[in-house]
Amino acid sequence: MKQNKTGENTEGLRVGVFICDCGSNIAGHLDCAEVTKYAADLPGVVFTKENLYTCSEAGISEIQNAIRENNLNRVVVASCSPRTHHPLFASSCAQAGMNPYLFEMVNIRDQCSWVHMGQRDIATAKAKDLVRMGVAKSTALEPQKDIESSVIRKILVIGGGIAGLSAAEALAGMGLEVLLVEKEERCGGLMLGLNVLETGKSAAGQVSDLAATVAATSGVTVHTASRVIEISGYIGNFRVVIETPAGKVEDTVGCIVVACGAVPLVEEGLFGYNGKDVITQMELEQRLASGSFKAARVVMIQCAGARNATREYCSRICCATAVKNAMIIKRKYPLAEVHVLYRDMQMYGDEKEQMLWDARGMGIKFHVFDQKKPPRVGDGKVTFQHAVLGETKEFTVDLTVLSTPLVARPESSQVAALMRVPCDKNGFFLEAHAKLRPLDFAADGIFVCGSARYPVTSVEARTQGLGVASRIGAILFKEKLVKSGIVAEIDQETCVGCMGCLNVCPYEAIIFNRETGVCEVKEILCKGCGNCASTCPSHSAVLRGYKPEQLLAQIRAI
Amino acid sequence: MSGEFTPKIVMFACNWCAYSAADLAGVSRFQYPPNLRIIRVMCTGRINPNFILQGFENGADGVLVAG
Repeated sequence: MKQNKTGENTEGLRVGVFICDCGSNIAGHLDCAEVTKYAADLPGVVFTKENLYTCSEAGISEIQNAIRENNLNRVVVASCSPRTHHPLFASSCAQAGMNPYLFEMVNIRDQCSWVHMGQRDIATAKAKDLVRMGVAKSTALEPQKDIESSVIRKILVIGGGIAGLSAAEALAGMGLEVLLVEKEERCGGLMLGLNVLETGKSAAGQVSDLAATVAATSGVTVHTASRVIEISGYIGNFRVVIETPAGKVEDTVGCIVVACGAVPLVEEGLFGYNGKDVITQMELEQRLASGSFKAARVVMIQCAGARNATREYCSRICCATAVKNAMIIKRKYPLAEVHVLYRDMQMYGDEKEQMLWDARGMGIKFHVFDQKKPPRVGDGKVTFQHAVLGETKEFTVDLTVLSTPLVARPESSQVAALMRVPCDKNGFFLEAHAKLRPLDFAADGIFVCGSARYPVTSVEARTQGLGVASRIGAILFKEKLVKSGIVAEIDQETCVGCMGCLNVCPYEAIIFNRETGVCEVKEILCKGCGNCASTCPSHSAVLRGYKPEQLLAQIRAI
Repeated sequence: MSGEFTPKIVMFACNWCAYSAADLAGVSRFQYPPNLRIIRVMCTGRINPNFILQGFENGADGVLVAG
């Protein structure tokens, strides 16, 4: 029986080691030929080769030929970082008929040649150590299978506002089935209560048309006056329960879209708010739409209830909304006096900045105030101190309009809890990454769009809805979902069901099976962190590819 | 004994942060002493005390867990 230095059995092992020069990136700073020679004598190694570039087509075919000709059952590549090249080499091994989980990579560039430049002997000695550790680990590796799961080509969209409708429309257009759940009697959301958009089109008309189109599309089921009460499962296979006026409906979907929107803040007493002569922008929109607007002297107050200690955020859309409404009033009643009191005007985007210029040209007056000295509203008057001029100004008004922020819906925390997705401190849904993954949640298969995430205009909500549809299409048009087999497993024989692993799993991938009295891993949810493996008192939980014997083989070879 | 003591250090590095940082150090050509041996894990949550003790038992003078 062949044994290595530490007495482990190397019987049947056929390790191939490939040392990459990476042009001069590695070979320029250490002696690759010597490392290759050294590797040939390591236990289990039957084949070694130095390549100019192992990742080139020539290098890959050398690996594949060596696997076939020398019957290799382990491959070790010593080159750059596994973070960039592991998938390429592992899949190349798989093409040549070797289980890709028997491939191991050693980093002798980023973590050796590049950090010990001009110390050739030292770098060569370290590279040998690293290759020895990698080979030792490879000998302890076991074949694994990729984890595959089926995909249900159906999507649950929570919220029938402009964002949800846009997502539903695009998804149905791709031929996917959509389940749209709206809590109100009819779809449309906030836009139903708006007057006209900046384009001059009726907001309610536009969103109603879209709702009608979506409802009439085959493959779309709309549940109004309904709410989602239960969600379980994982990407590709969620089980959802919806409470509808006709009773509970249970279904399965592959992905979920959160598009439950936001609501404008209405706060009694805020700047004397009374819903009569002190109203919100939303109420002004409704008066303009219904034709009940009546005022010759209007003052609008920006950042009302926003950018303060309670709500630190800027609601983004209020400045443009105020300017839009001020222009509508001024256009219809040129003799009306319209003043906008602001702290900062944020008309983001070129077009909106132009709107502000046009508004000034129409005679709408803009005055800046200091947050510490807010305007006083009462007795048909608005008094404030002009932050630049320092003077106290007083306007006699018929109507005061408060530009209040959009705030998270009170129910959004319940919706978040159903899927265990996070919300920020203001109650808005928190995406996986503000710039890199703005429409995704960290949890796979769940997406967010529209004002549920942060206040947006109707155009942005629609764009985000379409964006989400494209993200989902990329998932659901796959035949099946495939993920790495590097996941945890729990030995059903030795597990005592203490549930210690259940508490440390950040992905809720472990369940306690009441019938068998032990814990089980839901492989599809497992991300392979190994928290369970290091916690398990009976060593029943292990992380494939990082089992104790695999890591210990590497440690023993230091 | 002659010469300076050079400790042998074993580092357990999280694939997503510390290991990436070590790669970045390379890409940036930062030079550091060669007496460090990095063992990649998918998360430092995988490390239990036994691995650290095994590191010392196998000749490490220091064990670094970074993640």
